[in-house]
Amino acid sequence: MDITLLLTSMVALASGIPLTLLLTFASLVAGLVLAVPLAFMRASSRKWLSLPVLAYTYVFRGTPLLVQLFIIYYGLGQIGAIRSSVLWVLLRDPFWCCLLAFSLNGAAYTTEIFRGGIQAVATGMIEAAQAVGMSPLQIKRRIIFPIAFRSVLPSYANEVISLVKATSLASTVTLLEITGLSRKLVSETFAPCEIFIAAGVLYLGLTLLLAGFFHVLEVWLNGTPRAKTYKRRVTLQQVAHGQ
Amino acid sequence: MPSGPMFQQTLTPGIRAERIEKRLGGNDVLRGVDLDVRPGEILSILGSSGSGKSTLLRCLNLLTVPDRGDIWIHGEKLAIRVASQRGGQSSVTDHRQVRRVRASMGMVFQSFNLWPHKTALENVTEGPVLVKRIRRDAAADLGRHYLGKVGLSDKADAYPRHLSGGQQQRVAIARALAMEPRVLLFDEPTSALDPELVGEVLRVMAALAGEGRTMVIVTHEMAFAREVSTRAAFMHRGLIEEESPPQEFFSSPVSSHLRNFLASHR
Repeated sequence: MDITLLLTSMVALASGIPLTLLLTFASLVAGLVLAVPLAFMRASSRKWLSLPVLAYTYVFRGTPLLVQLFIIYYGLGQIGAIRSSVLWVLLRDPFWCCLLAFSLNGAAYTTEIFRGGIQAVATGMIEAAQAVGMSPLQIKRRIIFPIAFRSVLPSYANEVISLVKATSLASTVTLLEITGLSRKLVSETFAPCEIFIAAGVLYLGLTLLLAGFFHVLEVWLNGTPRAKTYKRRVTLQQVAHGQ
Repeated sequence: MPSGPMFQQTLTPGIRAERIEKRLGGNDVLRGVDLDVRPGEILSILGSSGSGKSTLLRCLNLLTVPDRGDIWIHGEKLAIRVASQRGGQSSVTDHRQVRRVRASMGMVFQSFNLWPHKTALENVTEGPVLVKRIRRDAAADLGRHYLGKVGLSDKADAYPRHLSGGQQQRVAIARALAMEPRVLLFDEPTSALDPELVGEVLRVMAALAGEGRTMVIVTHEMAFAREVSTRAAFMHRGLIEEESPPQEFFSSPVSSHLRNFLASHR
């Protein structure tokens, strides 16, 4: 093992961090914007609202993200109607294909996470809001969502960390984020051990930062006494996911 | 009492419910109840558990929608689509009316139901800000006023989880008061409290009663009902079996069920 090579490749790979972060945060925001209304639809007792969302989350959670990415990147280009539409401006670009795949996939998981939180909000909280005369939208916005968000924050933090790592799949469609750069570097230096370890260390640093951020967010939202019990929950979930 | 379009719909004040029926989980919980509450009255509703008293109270602000029957609140008839014969749920038809009526009736729950992510003050101001569109700073003043009224001025910034049960219930009362309602509904407000915390909540309620407010109280606190209410009603198997001023109600009950009930609660 060549420590000097490991360190120099870390510096070289660091130039892939901005793209990794951009893919992560852009699909995070898009996924969140999609997931919040979908989660309320999914939690609805009306079948015509919840079933289409269930179909969506079932498909996107039931197939590999890599397959979804390949369908979007390689598959959609085969369809003449798409090639000749304005969408092609975006879909011929691997960056937008990745963003689309990561957003749709992340939104599916986030929808199910939030759905659980929404359904776990105690009836009494909602009745208290109804009793003062709040509208259904006000109740969702001011009561149900904030309570649900706090309760699912540890699971959502896991989802965000998964997403950071999932962005490495972008390397398969020519994007030069951290993993893409590593593969390029390996093909030039034939030193896969040092370079992929360097890549791993960079991912570790990113996930450490994110985990820290979510921990601070939890403490801030819940106040210190409850955060202690919450932290234990995160650890258990991470074990269950093999992280 | 605030003015404005929300509060000018009044024809006849008070609450009137006629032939209220409700079936829940295969049981006839309410079997054609009639109820009248005049302004300034303090009505205590007593009865053993399962007699339908909480369900009746919840029908008044349509947290539970009755299967049959009519309700007038401050003279305004509530628009309800009754359940069809083949089953299905009865439902509210005029959602704006329901919200307006609910805003005019404060409700206090057995399990407090404070919103855990908001401080005591935010719990109190949420309704005035969102429903009555009062400016935040004005609502905060209003909130502090009512927190002071229930003796919790120093707890404005505390979260519910840091408050005792009795304090939480007093915040819940302040939350109901901050809407400046015309009627207060209490659904077994002390039943979830440790015995030593019951007194502080009852004292606040007695003080409200002394202000001449209209109150409907579902309770198991016999002594309180006797001293504070202007009328007591006894529910048995989905009907009001007896109602009278508290002196008669407690000292010379007519119905045998009420006599047994009072004997078992002495």
